[in-house]
Amino acid sequence: MNRYSPWKYSFIIFLIGLGVLFALPNLYDKDPSLQISASGASEISELTEFQVSTALEEAGIAFKSIKVGLENLTIRFDDTGTQLKAKTVVEKSLGRNYSVALNLAPATPDWLANFGAEPMFLGLDLRGGVHFLMQVDMEAAVSKAEDRYMSDLRSILREKKVRYKTITRYKTGGLLVRFKDDDERNSGQALIEDEFQELDVTILEAGSDESQLVAKLKDQVVLETQKLALQQNITTLRKRVNELGVAEPVIQQQGLSRVVVQLPGVQDTAKAKNILGATATLEFRMVDEDHVAQDAVDGRVPAGSKLYYQRGGQPILLEKQVMLTGDSIIDAASGIDGLSGQPNVTITLDGKGAKRMSAATRDNVGKRLAVVFIENKVEVVEENGELVEKKEIIEEVINAAVIREQLGKRFQITGLESTKEARTLALLLRAGALAAPIYIIEERTVGPSLGQDNIDKGFNSVLIGFALVLVFMAVYYKVFGLIANVALALNLVLIVALLSLLQATLTLPGIAGIVLTVGMAVDANVLIFERIREEVRNGNSPQASIHSGYEKAFSTIADANITTLIAALVLFSFGTGPIKGFAVTLSLGILSSMFTAIMVTRGLVNLIYGGRRIEKLKI
Amino acid sequence: MEMQKTRFNFDFMSKRKVGLVVSSLLIIMSIISMSMEGLTFGIDFTGGTLIEVGYSESVDLDSIRTSLSNSEFKDAVIQYFGSANDVLIRIPPSEGLNNADISNKILGLLTDAGANIEMRRIEFVGPQVGEELKDDGGLAMIYALMGIFIYVALRFQRRFAVGAIAALVHDVLITLGIFSITHFDFDLTVLAAILAVIGYSLNDTIVVFDRVRENFHKVREATPIEIFNVSLNQTLSRTLVTSLTTLFVLAALFIFGGEIIHSFATALIIGVLIGTYSSIFVASPVTLALGITREDLMPVQKEGADLDTMP
Repeated sequence: MNRYSPWKYSFIIFLIGLGVLFALPNLYDKDPSLQISASGASEISELTEFQVSTALEEAGIAFKSIKVGLENLTIRFDDTGTQLKAKTVVEKSLGRNYSVALNLAPATPDWLANFGAEPMFLGLDLRGGVHFLMQVDMEAAVSKAEDRYMSDLRSILREKKVRYKTITRYKTGGLLVRFKDDDERNSGQALIEDEFQELDVTILEAGSDESQLVAKLKDQVVLETQKLALQQNITTLRKRVNELGVAEPVIQQQGLSRVVVQLPGVQDTAKAKNILGATATLEFRMVDEDHVAQDAVDGRVPAGSKLYYQRGGQPILLEKQVMLTGDSIIDAASGIDGLSGQPNVTITLDGKGAKRMSAATRDNVGKRLAVVFIENKVEVVEENGELVEKKEIIEEVINAAVIREQLGKRFQITGLESTKEARTLALLLRAGALAAPIYIIEERTVGPSLGQDNIDKGFNSVLIGFALVLVFMAVYYKVFGLIANVALALNLVLIVALLSLLQATLTLPGIAGIVLTVGMAVDANVLIFERIREEVRNGNSPQASIHSGYEKAFSTIADANITTLIAALVLFSFGTGPIKGFAVTLSLGILSSMFTAIMVTRGLVNLIYGGRRIEKLKI
Repeated sequence: MEMQKTRFNFDFMSKRKVGLVVSSLLIIMSIISMSMEGLTFGIDFTGGTLIEVGYSESVDLDSIRTSLSNSEFKDAVIQYFGSANDVLIRIPPSEGLNNADISNKILGLLTDAGANIEMRRIEFVGPQVGEELKDDGGLAMIYALMGIFIYVALRFQRRFAVGAIAALVHDVLITLGIFSITHFDFDLTVLAAILAVIGYSLNDTIVVFDRVRENFHKVREATPIEIFNVSLNQTLSRTLVTSLTTLFVLAALFIFGGEIIHSFATALIIGVLIGTYSSIFVASPVTLALGITREDLMPVQKEGADLDTMP
């Protein structure tokens, strides 16, 4: 009685072996390192490795190792001081096409790494960093798409000689086109329906001394536009994060209109916020020289023009037609203008953009071209007694200069306030504009010292709680208590192994989950041991008591754990970041405790007591 | 078959009226406090900005108030966090403030005031996100209770499920009530703790119910009250030992886990104590009051079969 077959023992030993193997990488320290990744057209190769190591050797900076990975290059150092010095050297040697990020690389030995064993990820609350939840402004994405159609409609109507009066935005969305008479409207409708499959055209009958129609994006197209806007935004955010130089960033879609951005180790949150959230982009428009801006301020805006303000506050009239948008920019570099000593940004356009630019400037030499800087901001305002976030678009003319010659692929813009502004603008232009404005609706930043504090405190509480439980169990259940303690320790190892294997992220609530699991994992053993004591009290033999104790406790343990698991799963599916971490460790803890508290302890009990006569159980 | 010997022999069920009175009083108090005072929601739910700043030496809160009073952040709530070197600044969501910039401005103001400070933590939650979290949190609790009800109803019997849910609602209400009365901060971690309490308290209840079911099968000549009493006594030492070990680790979290985990640990400690009480004095009496009988636990298709062969 009470014996386990050899295969059962081998199974237990095999699982524990695996657990130890996968938990092991967490014991190794992490090396301060630099992570170099390519941005733009450049690539990471052996050549980069050579270039970097030569530069470091020349600067007399010692490094531990250098390794080319799939997408990046990792260089390890002995301490953070060298790491920081090396960053400057490497950045200088590689130039702008590479991003260099400070990182802590796990020092997992090769033989472990070959098994695929890696340490678990530490959450931002433990290692420090920024977490942003960003909302993509879908309405703006759609109206931006409508804007494009507005200029397309204008040109096609003009081209086909359909006489329309104005095209404006309709109050419930879509574009309102006003015609001279019904005939023109009908031919306009036919033309639009023919040329633009994506638009739904309806004729407005109300108040019909005028002939009007509304062209609206089809629902399907709206959905696609929104989807595309989200994807484009994620791509742009990724590029911007690369420009910031962050190791192991997370940029993920959440729901239909939100993006999560996590930047581990980022200290300068102000900069990160400005650059990620900035929807700054440029538009180039011709200045309307035929009208007086002051008239427009008084309310008489000429058709075809739009009123803007310059940085100094002076009004200026610009043509409605956008000559070029930031989308055509492929590179931008900040610098100082050699003549005026003012900060400037040198812009390089793509082929299409360069063509448009040169065509437009050829015919307009001597006229002024304005550079409009567009930025989105969010403010909280009170509306009907409730606080709501209100979006505000700031459009400023930063520069309106006379075109002296035909412009082409490369040209400069000036009129910036500072070199810092020039640098930020260049970065934003390089990374590309966001397809739709994006707003930070949640931020969680943890400073590095607090992260370390959290690790220490979390670790201490696990340790102390664990020790208290161990002592109690040993005193209260004697030999059986010691057996339970072995199981409890193995349970901890298994949780760490599972977290590492799944590459799950350990957060402070996650540690709390582990602590709670330690408390609850003994429950299974308590149930079993209490059952055994009962059986002994009822006069059963020790062997029979052990047997029926385990037998009878099993269904109770299963029921109790499944119900807790239900609660943990609900937590997981509803919770956000930190709560999820708690749910994950709690669920893993419950599962692994079923194995350790039942199978492992039974194996040990059988090993100690099985198959021999015993007078009395030490329980 | 005779009743098994047990270590304890308390007549819990005769005290169930006392339990009813105590629980009702606690629940009424909780509901009154929640409707009068409400919960002190943290910024996770209300939206707003929270900044934790570390000073190199102990700092006077009034000096911080002075440096902020002349700014647009007059409504800021400033308090120590853990020690006199650590300060927590909360800014409610308000009109005309550009959300994402608030923390930068505050840190700037404090640095301008000549302090040597270090940013430890910034949390900003938009009003809309806070509202959603509140809704999701409530929904999560309801879904957890529903999932548990279904499982218990299938695995045991409908009356047991009602008893278990009654105990869980009891635990949640009273824990919320205590948070309302004491004005402890109710943030996202407390919500997690309450869901964990649901899991824990249920654990206790299920262990008792499991025994009740077993005893109904085994002991034929006993009233339901006797069955519940004997089952509670048989599981009592387990209930106490598990509560004790859980409280050990929670105490460790409470004392050594740091300020951030404080509310979480507090909620769990309260929850574990109430959960232990409710599995004895709420879940079982409610199930009894619903008129549970031996027949309820017999599988229908096997009615009339020899009960001794039942597992």
